[in-house]
Amino acid sequence: MVPIAYYLVLAAILFSVGAAAFLIKRNVITIFMSIELMLNAVNLTFVAFAHMWHQVSGQIFVFFVMVVAAAEAAVGLAIIIAIFRTRQTLNVDQINLMKS
Amino acid sequence: MTPSSYLWFIPLLPFVGFLINGTLGRKFPRPAVTAVALLFTALPAAIVAYLWTIFKAAGAPDAISAVSQPWIAISGFQVNFAFTVDHLTLIMLSIITGVGFLIHLYSAGYMAHEEGFWRFFAYLNLFMFFMLVLVLSSSFLLLFVGWEGVGLASYLLIGFYFTKDSAANAGKKAFVVNRIGDFGFLLAMFLLIAHFGTLNFSDIFTSITAHPEWHGTFLTAIALLLVVGAAGKSAQIPLYVWLPDAMEGPTPVSALIHAATMVTAGIYMVARCHTLFDRSPFALGVVAIIGAATALMAALIGTVQQDIKRVLAYSTVSQLGYMFLACGVGAYAAGIFHVLTHAFFKALLFLAAGSVIHALSGEQDMRLMGGLRKRIPVTFYTMSAGVIAIAGIPPFAGFFSKDEILYQAFISPNPLGKLLWAVGLLTAGITSFYMFRLWFKTFFGPQHFEEHGAVLHENAAPIHAGAHASKHSTLVLEEEHGSAHDSHGHGVHESSWIMLFPLVVLAILSVIGGWIGVPAALGGHNEIEHFLEPVFGSPDAAVEATTAVASHGLELGLAAVSVLTAALGFFVALYFYILKPGTSIALADKFAPVHKLLENKFYVDEIYNAVLINPILMISRVALAGFDFIIVGGLPSGSAAGIRGLGGLTRRMQSGNIRSYAGWLALGAAAVVVIMIYQAF
Repeated sequence: MVPIAYYLVLAAILFSVGAAAFLIKRNVITIFMSIELMLNAVNLTFVAFAHMWHQVSGQIFVFFVMVVAAAEAAVGLAIIIAIFRTRQTLNVDQINLMKS
Repeated sequence: MTPSSYLWFIPLLPFVGFLINGTLGRKFPRPAVTAVALLFTALPAAIVAYLWTIFKAAGAPDAISAVSQPWIAISGFQVNFAFTVDHLTLIMLSIITGVGFLIHLYSAGYMAHEEGFWRFFAYLNLFMFFMLVLVLSSSFLLLFVGWEGVGLASYLLIGFYFTKDSAANAGKKAFVVNRIGDFGFLLAMFLLIAHFGTLNFSDIFTSITAHPEWHGTFLTAIALLLVVGAAGKSAQIPLYVWLPDAMEGPTPVSALIHAATMVTAGIYMVARCHTLFDRSPFALGVVAIIGAATALMAALIGTVQQDIKRVLAYSTVSQLGYMFLACGVGAYAAGIFHVLTHAFFKALLFLAAGSVIHALSGEQDMRLMGGLRKRIPVTFYTMSAGVIAIAGIPPFAGFFSKDEILYQAFISPNPLGKLLWAVGLLTAGITSFYMFRLWFKTFFGPQHFEEHGAVLHENAAPIHAGAHASKHSTLVLEEEHGSAHDSHGHGVHESSWIMLFPLVVLAILSVIGGWIGVPAALGGHNEIEHFLEPVFGSPDAAVEATTAVASHGLELGLAAVSVLTAALGFFVALYFYILKPGTSIALADKFAPVHKLLENKFYVDEIYNAVLINPILMISRVALAGFDFIIVGGLPSGSAAGIRGLGGLTRRMQSGNIRSYAGWLALGAAAVVVIMIYQAF
């Protein structure tokens, strides 16, 4: 049996990569993907702990997160398309109309 | 309907007229505005006429009252909207609606070419409303509502030509000076509430009558404060300064508000409160002295004024002084009698002066008049009636009322009675002099107008020439002159019938108006005094019988003296301005300091400026710079600046840059993690 620490380390690495990409990347789609990465890193810890404690609630949480992520993807991608149509760019540094 | 329910309509009808003209008048054609204003002034006059039939009928009531639901009701104190008509109110109502209607009629002609025609009539109707409330009210509080309201209407009408600086300032001055008087009135009302717990006339006077031991003390305080209020409204020393300046308003306004009605409100109020004043000989003495001093001082100033309306203004102040004097010696009926006759002849004089000014296309300086007798005959004859009436020559109206006042002053128990009479007599002589001076300078002698008014004459000439040659040029000239009546460019012309008709009616009243008060000594019955007896009480019958015969001789003698004084005034004016025209100028040079003093109105305005207004202005400036700007202004602007600085700092967080938001988010998450780890250990 694989020790729980391995899962957690993997999840931590995935989360860190996601967070770093979230902060560094300029392309909106990449940022979006990095958010998905972070969510799934968290999902991994949920499943690992559920398995360890023989509790089903952690897995149920994962389904919730997946549903929310799917909804978010639908809305987020629609927004990204709308932005691209109006601004002809996906660079977040240029999407700053709200800045005075 | 019962007679009492009619009372509500007397003031409310002019108010309806005000609402109609005030809201819709701008869009109405001028005849419609005139029709509304005249209709809603004529209807109250008709109701007043109906009330006369009730009061003249046998078994007439002493008073008719109409009371509404409570207006203010708090524990132990209640005020209703309540109107009462008694004999005194009936006379005031007749003056206001009767003379008021005539002046409305005159205004329709006088103001015909003015901008803001609808505004003028709306204000006039508003004035009628408040003035009628003032005299109808049966409590001090409702009287005060009318009192303030006529002040407002007066302010609006003095400043009618509000684009003119002097008119706007005159309106302001009238308002501020009246505020000082109102302050006294308010304090008097507070004292009345404190001592009587009510403001109803009947309740207060009944309780004073029920306590014959009350003399002086708080009654004197209340009476003196009421005198302050009355002095403000009725232009008495020391608060008379606003009235001469109020002549900036249109002439019909001067006639209605600043001669016939509003300025008599103070006298009406003192007469209404006679029960109170009778208990305070000191306050009565103050009233008499103020009245006599004002009468003399204003008459003296009137002798050297050159503006025709200013002469009349000072003569109004002077005549109001007579009325005050009458009240001060306890001759309230004589005072009200003079209010009545004065309303006739002073309204007439002002309207006739307006007609003269109209004829001369806006000229008010008497030095530029003269010789107008033949040019505007109707105005001349009607104004002559007014001049003779005010000068006190029998059998014109002014003689009877003025003589009654002088007689009452002479026989009054007041220790100063003889002195008051002498001052009154002197004033009568001066009055006669300056009124005939005005008469001679305006209507007799050479025509100064043609030569001085050369510019206008030149303008007038092509119009007369062009009348048959080309109508077109006349129109062009008319347009160039604008719509103000100040410059019609018609040359000297008599006014239209709509202006002359009120003059004729008032002239007739100025002749016969005094006959209702012919004293017994002259074979009359003094009807007005008997008419007012239910209000002011009748003199003790036994005392009257014993003194009647003795006093008839005295009264005749005094009447002869005052007629001689008036005649003397006439002859001095005749000598100065007709027989030896240079005399007055030589005299003015000889007594230059005196003349200068009079010409500058005893420097009262200057003294007030130096003693009162400038110090107040200085304190205000210090308060403005020190307190207002730094503390009152500093607190809000300081806190606003602080908040703005704080906002400047936090604004940086909301940069609008998505990646900076991401950074904040990550930082926040990291902080949460750190806190959780910290707490775990």
